[in-house]
Amino acid sequence: MLISRILKNDRGGQVFLAILTLVTILVPVLNLAVPADSPLHVSTYTLTLLGKYLTYALLAVAVDLVWGYLGILSLGHGAFFALGGYAMGMYLMRQIGDRGVYGNPDLPDFMVFLNWQELPWFWQGFDMFWFAMLMVMLVPGLLAFVFGWLAFRSRVTGVYLSIITQALTYALLLAFYRNEMGFGGNNGLTDFKDILGFNLQADSTRVGLFIASAVALALGYLACRYIMNSRLGRVAVAIRDAEDRTRFIGYRVEHVKLWIFTFSAILAGIAGALYVPQVGIINPGEFSPLNSIELVVWVAVGGRATLYGAVLGAIVVNYGKTYFTAALPDFWLFALGALFILVTLLLPHGIVGLLRKKEKVQ
Amino acid sequence: MNSVDQLRETVRRDEVFNFLKPRIQARDLDLSHGNILYLEDVSVSFDGFKAINNLNLYIEAGELRCIIGPNGAGKTTMMDIITGKTRPDTGTAYFGQRIDLLRLSEPEIAQAGIGRKFQKPTVFEYHSVFENLELAMDGDKRVWPTLFARLSSEQADHIDEVMHTIGLHEHAGKLAGSLSHGQKQWLEIGMLLMQNPHLLLVDEPVAGMTHQEMDRTAELLTSLAGERSVVVVEHDMDFVRSIAQKVTVLHQGSVLAEGSMDEVQNDPRVVEVYLGE
Repeated sequence: MLISRILKNDRGGQVFLAILTLVTILVPVLNLAVPADSPLHVSTYTLTLLGKYLTYALLAVAVDLVWGYLGILSLGHGAFFALGGYAMGMYLMRQIGDRGVYGNPDLPDFMVFLNWQELPWFWQGFDMFWFAMLMVMLVPGLLAFVFGWLAFRSRVTGVYLSIITQALTYALLLAFYRNEMGFGGNNGLTDFKDILGFNLQADSTRVGLFIASAVALALGYLACRYIMNSRLGRVAVAIRDAEDRTRFIGYRVEHVKLWIFTFSAILAGIAGALYVPQVGIINPGEFSPLNSIELVVWVAVGGRATLYGAVLGAIVVNYGKTYFTAALPDFWLFALGALFILVTLLLPHGIVGLLRKKEKVQ
Repeated sequence: MNSVDQLRETVRRDEVFNFLKPRIQARDLDLSHGNILYLEDVSVSFDGFKAINNLNLYIEAGELRCIIGPNGAGKTTMMDIITGKTRPDTGTAYFGQRIDLLRLSEPEIAQAGIGRKFQKPTVFEYHSVFENLELAMDGDKRVWPTLFARLSSEQADHIDEVMHTIGLHEHAGKLAGSLSHGQKQWLEIGMLLMQNPHLLLVDEPVAGMTHQEMDRTAELLTSLAGERSVVVVEHDMDFVRSIAQKVTVLHQGSVLAEGSMDEVQNDPRVVEVYLGE
């Protein structure tokens, strides 16, 4: 079977997918079937939180694909995540219909508030789910394609490329803050009611979104692993280690970079689209450069160029964030900074590297 | 050809448009005049410094040519021009009779059949010896075919054969990063062989090698010439003497002398350049 072939030499991946499958079955059962007063009950809050972590994990896998294997340190992947999120948010806005505060059946609330008379052209079609889903992949993919085409063709690499990606997400942040852009300005899109006719507040919908996130993560992981197992994956690592050499043996380095970068952006977009209905809001804050840097930290903490390390890192760091921002709110930024420094100094291969080293010693 | 003829030529219905044709028909390298490489009147300067000055160089098919010269003579720049890394200000560079190197990009030149080994050995450190050779293998190197590529048994045999040639068959699964310096150099030559090049450009292959390693490298390079053409740039005179059939001396970006090792060594101009150093 295809899956077993993809995972043949990937023990970490086997373990990860086994755990993911278990969690995906167990958590919904414990949420829906176990009564609320039982100690085994998983609250909907926890379930949604886990679902959110899974979308972050998919985003981290997307970053690991380009950073760990291709050597492109993108500090702007949050932008693709947010664009996917906005595409989903636009669909959810259109689903509100006349249930908004102003009760306008054609226009979302913020447009009524801004005195707009009709729906802007770029909102057309977002009332259809399939169209919105297409845009979830197309918009980040297209941006990554155009951006990558320009950057890779001019052979922009290393730190310069990182800075441009950072500038890209910052530019989008500023643009989306503006009301006249038509994406809800600084408040973003929120007050969602339902998705595909299912009430977003219902437990069963939350479970559905959780499972969708888990499936997306599993498929995204398998797709990335498939690419990395192929000869193209070996070319990617070759580009990371010796770009000029790869060019001289006849590979079009720019094309390889462009396709993998675009694929990664599409994955990030899908992650964003699954994130938005679970947290219930999307605003320009998602474009903030800090977010993109933070997600590079997840991958570094988990361990680069392993894919499952990225998943681990995303979940560990975000759990830490959830815990610390509740228990010691002022401490979190210090913890994040310290984490980055400690990982760079002491754990160059992240948590996964630590586990592997232990294995070797024994 | 006047413009009407050109138009007629362009709209011919029995052929596709010119811009749709692949620019290189890689494997129909035309060697009918016996030469594989023509560099004519090539000049290139960097910030006013003439790195290559009116260089004329011809390499015969199947020949093993050594190029020597003091530092700054333009040896590496010449390699850069042939492989498309540097574009000359003036002059022409042809591969065989028909392939104009100055119109091709680096990957296109590689696919046309020119392989280059760098001065510093660059192998893919995190890939095994086998994978290094696999990546270098001649074939369709576009993105999609690469994604779905499968190794055929013939290709695996070919890789095996090359590993025997370069003496690394015992290290097939070893990471290239853990090889010794000499082994890396051989692996790199092996990677060149995998591309089935017609012309091999080898930059200082024995720098930092032990004497045994040097002898093996000399053997390897002489065995490769004949079927393909090999151009070796080297500083080590003993090594050059041990392999050279024909030597070209570069000085200040142009050819100073050409001939057998003995002829060249007795050329007063060459003596002056080398002793004057």
